[in-house]
Amino acid sequence: MQPGDELEPLSVTPDRYLTVRYAGASGDFNPIHIDEGFARDVGLPGRILHGLYTMAQVARAHTEAGGGPASLKRLSVQFRGMGVPEVELVVTGTVREVRDDGVVLTESSCEQAGKRIIRNAEAELRLDP
Amino acid sequence: MAVNTAAIGKTFEPATYAVGREKIREYAHAVGETDPLYLDVAAARAAGYDDVVAPPMFAVVYSLPAVWPALFDEEVGIDFGRMVHGGQEFQWGPVVVAGEEITTTANLKDVSERRGNGFFVFETVSVNARGETVCTGLWTNIVRGV
Repeated sequence: MQPGDELEPLSVTPDRYLTVRYAGASGDFNPIHIDEGFARDVGLPGRILHGLYTMAQVARAHTEAGGGPASLKRLSVQFRGMGVPEVELVVTGTVREVRDDGVVLTESSCEQAGKRIIRNAEAELRLDP
Repeated sequence: MAVNTAAIGKTFEPATYAVGREKIREYAHAVGETDPLYLDVAAARAAGYDDVVAPPMFAVVYSLPAVWPALFDEEVGIDFGRMVHGGQEFQWGPVVVAGEEITTTANLKDVSERRGNGFFVFETVSVNARGETVCTGLWTNIVRGV
């Protein structure tokens, strides 16, 4: 990897019941993610994706680029806006720096319908852990 | 009204989470992971691991039991109905595999107020049975209209 290289983009469309499966898998049962009526009652357009699910897609783009789970040493994201089910998510990223010790620094984001729902994501990948 | 900064530095009760093989698979399927290291014991062993490997973001699963009591702590005083997740950082050490027990301790690292919103930053430190830090998390939660 060289500065300026792009990560392989990752696209995924969370299906209608994804938030229910992620709630069960993660232990985060906040009703804004799983109850349409509750979400609307608190002023949301409907059920929204868990931010940490979306972050997991950014992480996946990195471990796939880095060659496995041991390669990802740090990931920092800011959540902006809200993700929704049944609309494609696209993760893109760029290598910003390759340090002398082999650690690769990237910046990345996750878009949905042209809106960045994760931005300013920074990661450190160690390619030969 | 201002945010209450009195609880900054408070450390919460540690929580120990036993990482299970099927829980890793359930999590991997939910987030769309397909790497055999997460799903197939033989593949994980062939790669030198004792059992299936937890994806890095599985840190959410073993950390949350330590985070919930901190979020609902009366001294911290978060209005959960107005809270949104503003940002997240994880730093990872050695990978976690099925069969390990991970103990996470949360503390309230910072509380501040900007433009009428409260920013509550929790830190989690997760260690394995060998005392190695497998993950450190920074959880930034924003409470609107404090």
